[in-house]
Amino acid sequence: MTDASLHLWMIPLLPLIGAGINGLFGRHFRNAAVSFVALLFTAASFGYAVWAVVQGLHLGNLPYIETGPTWITAGNFSAPFGFYLDQLSMVMVLVVTGVGFLIHIYSVGYMAHEGGFYRFFSYLNLFMFFMLTLVLANNYLLMFVGWEGVGLASYLLIGFFFLKDSAADAGKKAFIVNRIGDFAFLIGMFLLIKHFGTLNYDAVFKSVSNMPTESGWGLLTAIALLLMFGATGKSAQVPLYVWLPDAMEGPTPVSALIHAATMVTAGIYMIARSNAIFSRSPHALEVVAIIGCLTAIFAATMGMTQTDIKRVLAYSTVSQLGYMFLACGVAAYSAAIFHLMTHAFFKALLFLGAGSVIHAIGGEQDMRRMGGLRKLIPKTHFVMLVATLAIAGIPPFAGFFSKDEILGQVFSSPHGSKALWVVGVITAGLTSFYMFRLYFMTFYGDLKLGKVDIGEEAHAANAPAHAQHGAAAHSHGHADDQAHGHGRVHESPWVMIGPLMVLALLSFVGGWIGVPAFMGGGNNFGSFLAPVIKSGAPTSPTAMEHVPEAAGQPQEEKQENPTEEWGLAGISVAAALIGLFFAWLLYYKNPGLPDQITAKIHGIYLTVLHKYYVDEGYGLLFVKPLLGLSTVVFWRGVDQGVIDGLVNGAGTASKSIGGELRRMQSGNIRSYAAWVAAGGAAVIAYMIWLGVSK
Amino acid sequence: MNQWILTLVTFIPAAGAIVLMLLPRNDRLLRWAALLISLIAFAFSIYLPIHMPGMHSGFEFQIDQRWIGHDIHYHLGADGISMWLTLLTTFLVPLSVLVSWKSIHDRVKEFFVLLLILETAMIGVFLALDLFLFYVFWEATLIPMALLIGMYGHERRVYAAVKFFLYTMVASVFMLAAIIWLYVQTSSFDYATLRQWVHDGNASSGALQWLFLGFFIAFAVKVPLFPLHTWLPDAHVEAPTAGSVLLAGVLLKMGTYGLLRFNVGMFPKEAAANAGWINVLAIIGIIYGALVALVQPNLKKLIAYSSVSHLGFVVLGIFTFTQAGTDGAVYQMLNHGVSTGALFMLAGMIYERKHTYEFREYGGLAAPMPVYATFFLIAVLSSVGLPLLNGFVGEFLVLSGAFQDKMIYGILGASGVIWGACYLLWMYQKVFFGPIRREQNKSLRDLDGREQISLWPVAVMVVIMGVISPYWMKTIDPAVAEINRQSQTAVKAARARHAVPAPAKSSIISPAGGQK
Repeated sequence: MTDASLHLWMIPLLPLIGAGINGLFGRHFRNAAVSFVALLFTAASFGYAVWAVVQGLHLGNLPYIETGPTWITAGNFSAPFGFYLDQLSMVMVLVVTGVGFLIHIYSVGYMAHEGGFYRFFSYLNLFMFFMLTLVLANNYLLMFVGWEGVGLASYLLIGFFFLKDSAADAGKKAFIVNRIGDFAFLIGMFLLIKHFGTLNYDAVFKSVSNMPTESGWGLLTAIALLLMFGATGKSAQVPLYVWLPDAMEGPTPVSALIHAATMVTAGIYMIARSNAIFSRSPHALEVVAIIGCLTAIFAATMGMTQTDIKRVLAYSTVSQLGYMFLACGVAAYSAAIFHLMTHAFFKALLFLGAGSVIHAIGGEQDMRRMGGLRKLIPKTHFVMLVATLAIAGIPPFAGFFSKDEILGQVFSSPHGSKALWVVGVITAGLTSFYMFRLYFMTFYGDLKLGKVDIGEEAHAANAPAHAQHGAAAHSHGHADDQAHGHGRVHESPWVMIGPLMVLALLSFVGGWIGVPAFMGGGNNFGSFLAPVIKSGAPTSPTAMEHVPEAAGQPQEEKQENPTEEWGLAGISVAAALIGLFFAWLLYYKNPGLPDQITAKIHGIYLTVLHKYYVDEGYGLLFVKPLLGLSTVVFWRGVDQGVIDGLVNGAGTASKSIGGELRRMQSGNIRSYAAWVAAGGAAVIAYMIWLGVSK
Repeated sequence: MNQWILTLVTFIPAAGAIVLMLLPRNDRLLRWAALLISLIAFAFSIYLPIHMPGMHSGFEFQIDQRWIGHDIHYHLGADGISMWLTLLTTFLVPLSVLVSWKSIHDRVKEFFVLLLILETAMIGVFLALDLFLFYVFWEATLIPMALLIGMYGHERRVYAAVKFFLYTMVASVFMLAAIIWLYVQTSSFDYATLRQWVHDGNASSGALQWLFLGFFIAFAVKVPLFPLHTWLPDAHVEAPTAGSVLLAGVLLKMGTYGLLRFNVGMFPKEAAANAGWINVLAIIGIIYGALVALVQPNLKKLIAYSSVSHLGFVVLGIFTFTQAGTDGAVYQMLNHGVSTGALFMLAGMIYERKHTYEFREYGGLAAPMPVYATFFLIAVLSSVGLPLLNGFVGEFLVLSGAFQDKMIYGILGASGVIWGACYLLWMYQKVFFGPIRREQNKSLRDLDGREQISLWPVAVMVVIMGVISPYWMKTIDPAVAEINRQSQTAVKAARARHAVPAPAKSSIISPAGGQK
């Protein structure tokens, strides 16, 4: 291993150079030069990553570990700049650089008319640097560098249109909510240091592999839960998901890259990376599964009521990340990563497609003002259809295979349960419903752009906040893309359509590398990742033998029961078709129906529309009391009232005793200094006298 | 050279002050002269880390001459801790001169004379190894700083200067009493001698507790530790920019340096015995400072309260007596000096344009002033503790050490990372984001060349210290180990007395195989 160094540090460093060049000098560049620099370094990073992966596979003997100079050290503890290449980081690095590069290309077209072009690409490259550090690190501390760094890039990009309060608010919210998760991640690292003395993966996992599975709540469970809570921040799970929908304030390519395809999957990656720890803690797995399941269905219901096209996709992302969490929770890590990958393809495609729609109609994001775009922007329509089929889980599109893999594992894994599976299937139906709702509202019916929406007026009468939301979406849509306010619907340029086509292809065929055995495939994806998970799995002789054919889930006793597996797959497809049918019925066949239904279940509808009032609840429970406490009790009360009261009181008291002191209060500081000097001289004289008299 | 280098570094500024007094009242000349002198002092101080042996504990570059009588010595020396604090001082003073370039136009000569005298006094505090000498330098910092605030500050400058002076003066008296007591007992002011004398058990534990408290109160006010911090916001808001930079950057570190050098170094048993309540105060400071910072309507006040929070981390790190915690605390002293120094410099630059620190006058400034916004962002991110910037290294080590000491310290302290993000991003948004609320702010001019030159060194240091911290650690680590050796023994002894049998489930908790 030592003979051939892969210099993995090059992969993250290349985009950092790009970010540096554009950040420092981009102001003086023309747009073409800025995009050239940004694309060049991203492409170089992608190329290098492909080369490194090929070399790594040749080397065999994975994981390949590269340890560079020390970053932080104190006493016996030290953490290096070190990189780690195994099957898991290979998948991640290819997804990040590949999808990242496509989105960079797309952005050249999408951002062409925006101010701050260089700033945008500098941030985007910076994001790539941190994300690649995150997935390539060989220790938790360096992973944390990427972890916080992508948070910074996200903060900067969400707040890209910083003159809008809503964008600035959303960026800040994202950073702070993520910090709450990071707090738990930090504590988890402290526990690791305390008990293992190191944060390096190989050393930690080696120690962990000698430990038994915990039946109760022990050290590993504590670590796993803390890491998981960190992941709920970055991967937008209950209870910390609230930042992601707001993050849609960022430009659409950002939503695609950071808030769909890559950054938000960091939590999934972290759990899969730590599978040795999680697999030894059934309790932690249980919590992960429940949180994932809850998030999946909860977010899906919210996605059903949103009218802003990007917000629908945001809730959809939260929901899909819930699936991945669920998969991790049943120890089906490779299924989670499989879905992570296919999701990166089709969700990036959905966001970029939505961006193309928004671009085409002059910045409008409210789906109630869209419609009939199928004929006007056919290429965009085509790719959106592919992506919608993929996310809905219609075979043979990519999403079908990965989602089916997860649901199958949830059903049959010893960590899974039927109840979780039922919720998963219902969520699949809801997913299909809200995605086809989006599809029909956008591409069928009549274009309502610029016309007064009577339906909306009716809503407005019932729900002022609702109308307000619509208005906000409207205005920010325009602010987002003012340059396109020329009113004519137009297809996007090729620089945007090209990446869409590539992603559409990937969304179609991307699942085929993981065709399960019962369908005649080899589940190549699962067996590719198997070594990563096998090495971390608790040792039990029966499990080990099943590894090669069993989807990389050494623990599970995979039933060789094709009938059952066909049945499960059939049920999830049926759920998707039912969802599709209702979407067709309500938003194509009979567009008046949704209003009647929402009128009937008005209370529930409003609750869901307002996202279950979670944001309001957090505000009422945490933010307001905290600010009140800080202002009234701490600042005005303790600081100015009690402490300064005492200090000033003491001052006043001494003033009334010693008349001389009054002169000092009158502002003659020089005379005061003289007094002090005199006092000091007296003290020194006394001490000299002490010294002499001895 | 080795013997004279510390004297040179310490007194070049004072000598420069004398030169300045002799120069004619030509403001331009005075500014350049002050800058040149402070740069010479910085250049000489660079000698120290280059020639400081790594992985070596104990004091280097010592000079020990009889001064007054035969007990008071002129004794200077530097270890990994005091050396870096000295460099922090010599690094910040030239920048303070630069930020005062235009903002000080009245009594320019006096201003720079005071600044340079202050520099000598601050360096002396870090390098003095004779307690009498230390006290002289300690008090000598007070007068120029109080005068800088009182003569060159804003509206309520006199109140702030007096409050600052009284607070720290009163507290210092206790330290003076402790020093005199020690002298009366031993006829020595020598740090090493007194330390050995205490360690050898020559004093009753009751007396040592009083001595400990005597030193503690003086340093705690300076840090400032909750609840002794209320002088700080007033002093900062009223101080001129250079005053704030040095007050936050260096003067507060004199407090934490004193805690480490004297309270922990000389009285390890008492430090261990008192660590409980001190750490509670430190943690209250972290959280309380952050929460109060969160609701400040005034930029400078917010940064001042953030110092209360950040210095809480330092005190927490010191009183965990762990290698990581104390290493982190020392590093955090340097970090705070650099990044809060930068924040005050930046606050001063906007004050020069707008003559206010109130947030309601700002908003959306990132549009007219992109360069300013970028520098400000770097300083904010450094304070927030973003990895790969300096603040993270210190914060991580402090919290990791605190966690090893007592889990709850680490957990409560780590909540500071959330609060820090809250108030700093809030602040950044109020100044730079959102719509521009004042018409005249649309035409604010961005940073000029001089301002950028004064900020570049800080920005570069923020990154370098975040990426290659081992360079600093190789000298800090052994110095910290030397100070902590005694206190760790004391802590272990105390813990052993209160030891309870390990619970049965500890088999789950302990690491498998015991490899560490």
